[in-house]
Amino acid sequence: MNSILKNTFLKNTWKLVSLLTAMIVGTVLFAGSALAAGGTGPEVKRQEWSFGGFNGQYDKAQLQRGFGVYKEVCASCHGLKLLSYRNLVQKGGPEFSKEQALAIAKEATVIDGVDEDGEPKERPGKLSDRFQGPFKNETEARSANNGAYPPDFSVLAKARTIHRHVPWYTEPYWWAYDMVTAYEEKGSDYIYALLTGYGTAPKGEVMGDGMNYNKYFPGHQIAMANPLTDDAVEYTDGTATTAEQHAKDVTAFMAWASEPHLNARKNLGKRVQIYLLIFALLLFLAKKSVWARLKH
Amino acid sequence: MSDHSSSYVPSNGFTRWLDERLPIIRLMYDSFIVFPTPRNLNYLWTFGGILTFCLMAQIITGIVIAMHFVPHGDHAFASVEHLMRDVNWGDLIRYTHAVGASMFFAAAYIHLFRGLYYGSYKSPREIIWIFGVVILLLMIITAFMGYSLVWGQMSFWAVTVITNLFTAIPIVGESITQWIWGGYSVGDPTLNRLFSLHYLFPFIIAALVGLHIWALHVVGSNNPTGVEVKTKSDTIPFFPFYVIKDGFMVVVFMLLFSWFVFYAPNYLGHSDNFIEANPLQTPPHIVPEWYFLPFYAILRAIPDKLFGVIAMVAAIVVLFVIPWLDTSKIKSVSKRPLFMPFFWLFVITCLALGYLGAKAPEGYFLLASQLFTAYYFIFFIVIMPVIGLIETPKELPDSITEAVEGKSGKEGASS
Repeated sequence: MNSILKNTFLKNTWKLVSLLTAMIVGTVLFAGSALAAGGTGPEVKRQEWSFGGFNGQYDKAQLQRGFGVYKEVCASCHGLKLLSYRNLVQKGGPEFSKEQALAIAKEATVIDGVDEDGEPKERPGKLSDRFQGPFKNETEARSANNGAYPPDFSVLAKARTIHRHVPWYTEPYWWAYDMVTAYEEKGSDYIYALLTGYGTAPKGEVMGDGMNYNKYFPGHQIAMANPLTDDAVEYTDGTATTAEQHAKDVTAFMAWASEPHLNARKNLGKRVQIYLLIFALLLFLAKKSVWARLKH
Repeated sequence: MSDHSSSYVPSNGFTRWLDERLPIIRLMYDSFIVFPTPRNLNYLWTFGGILTFCLMAQIITGIVIAMHFVPHGDHAFASVEHLMRDVNWGDLIRYTHAVGASMFFAAAYIHLFRGLYYGSYKSPREIIWIFGVVILLLMIITAFMGYSLVWGQMSFWAVTVITNLFTAIPIVGESITQWIWGGYSVGDPTLNRLFSLHYLFPFIIAALVGLHIWALHVVGSNNPTGVEVKTKSDTIPFFPFYVIKDGFMVVVFMLLFSWFVFYAPNYLGHSDNFIEANPLQTPPHIVPEWYFLPFYAILRAIPDKLFGVIAMVAAIVVLFVIPWLDTSKIKSVSKRPLFMPFFWLFVITCLALGYLGAKAPEGYFLLASQLFTAYYFIFFIVIMPVIGLIETPKELPDSITEAVEGKSGKEGASS
C-alpha cells in the first residue's frame, strides 16, 4: 500500500511540477510580449563591416577616408584624446606614411613646457603627441555647443550598443547567434544608424530649442545637427562621396580608434586556435590510448 | 587518502636528502601521481582542474595589468586604455583577464552544479563543500572589485549601488558605508582600497583552494554513482589517467576561452563601461556582469531594501548548510527519481533568475523574479529535507567496479 501511495505521489509530483512550470512560463511569455511591444525608435540594422565577425580586418583605404571625414567634419567638436598622431602610421590602422602623419600632427598647436618668463610655450605637434582636442575643457565645449558636450571619439564605438526588438523568449537565441557570429560591431551599427537617421520631426513631437530630430537617438532629440551631406568631403580614391558613404567611413575610423589592434588580435587568434585544436586532438588520442590500458 | 601509506621512493642522493628534511616531492607524488581516484569519473569532474587553470591565468594576467594600472579616479580609465593601446599585446592581456573572469564563473557554476547533482557535499565531504562555498563568495567579491577598477560608468555605479546596500543595516549602516568609501561618496579612496583588496583576495583564494584540495585528498573524490570506494579495483592512479583527461578538457576549455578573447572580447561586457565614470550622471540601467544576475534578481525581487539584501546574502549562505539540509541516504540525484524533477526545476530557476536580473524589475518580470526567488529557497529549505525522508531511491550498484564492468563482469572476475 505504501509503495502505491508513493507511486501516485511520484506521478502527481511530475504533473504538479510541469503544471507549475507551464504556468510560470505562460505568465512570463505574456508579460514579455506585452513589454516588447513598447520599444523606442526603429531597430538598428546590422551592417556589413570589413572588420566584422570572425574574419574581419580593417580596410586601410576606408580608414584613410574615414580619417578625412573626421578631420574635415567631426574634429571641430569631437576630440580623440586617447590616440597619438603616431597611431596613424601604425600597422592595422589607416597606415598613412610617416610624412603624411607628421604633416597632420604639425597642423596642431601643442603646449609644451614654459619659456624663460614662465609662460606656456607653444610648438607644432609631433608624431608622439596625443591628438589635440577642439576645446580646452568641458565648460568651453558646452558653451560653444548650446550646452551639449560632444563626446570624445577614442572609445565611442565601443561605448554604444543596440537593442534588438525581439520577443523575450527569443533573446537566448540571439545571444547565442551574436556569440557564434562574433558580433562586436553593435556600437558601429548604432553610430552609422545615428549619422543616417536624421529627418523631420513627426507631427506632435515638440522639439527643444536648437535640437534636431533623429529617429535612432534615445528620446529622438539630439543637439548635434546632421553633420554629413553628400560631397561634404573630397575622396581621392574614386569612392562615391554620398552622405551614407561618409557615415560608413567615419564609423569605420571610429571603430579602429576604439580597437586599434583588432587586425593583429584576430590574426593571432586563428593561429592560436589552430594550435589548440591540434593540441586538443592529440590529447584526446593520448587519453584514449592511455585509458585503453584499463580494459582487460 | 590519509590511511594510504606512501609508496614514494627517492631515486637519488639529493631527493633522499630532501625527503628526510622536507618531503615535498613525496607530497606531490602521493597527491597527484599515485593518488587513488574512482575509475568512473565523468567529464564533469574535470572542472576542478579547469578552475585551477582559471585561477592561475587570472593571477598571472592580473599581475601584469597591475604594472600598468593607476588606481586614481582621474587616471584609472585612461591607464586601462593605455594598456590596451600602447603596451605590447596589452589588449590581449587585459581581454584575457576580463574574459577570464567570466570563464572562471562559468566553470565554477558547472563545478557547483556537478557537486549538487552528485551529492558531493554529503558526508564525509562537508568541509570540501564549505571551502568551495567560501571560495565562491571570495570570487564574487574579487570579481566585483576587479570590475570596479575599470572606472567606467558601469563600474562606478555598480560600486555605488552595492556599497549603498550597507546603509540598509540599522543604526550603523551609514557609518559602515562611509568607512568603506573612505569618504562621503564613492571616490579616489574607494578606488584605491578596491585595488589593494583586489590584488590580495586571489592569493587568499589560492590558499583556500589548497585547503579545498587537501580536504578532498583526505576523503577522496566522490563519483557519479555516489557509492564510496571499497576495494583497490574501484580506483585508478591519478597519473596518467586523470592528468591526461583533465589536460584534454583544459585545452578544450581554452578553445572556448580564446574564441571570446580573440573574436568577441566585449561580448560579455557592457558598452556603458567604455564611458568614463561620471558621478553626476546615472546610467539608464545599472546591470551587473552576467554571473551576478541571479543574485541581483533576488535582491530586487524583494521590495524592501534590507530584506532584499538579506535574501541575496542568504542565497549564498544557504549553500553552507545544505550538507545538513539534505536528508537523503544516497548521494546521486540520478538515483533519486522523486527528487530529480525538483533538481532540474532548480536549475531552470537559476537560469531564469539570471535572465530576470537583466530586466527592469517591473510588472510580470518582477512577479516572475519573486516566484523564482521563492522556489530558490523552498528547494533548499523544504524540498531537500522532505524528499530525502519520503523517497525510495533506485537500487545502487554494490561497488564502483560493478557500475563500470556490470554484474557479469564482476562474477567473471571472481570465478
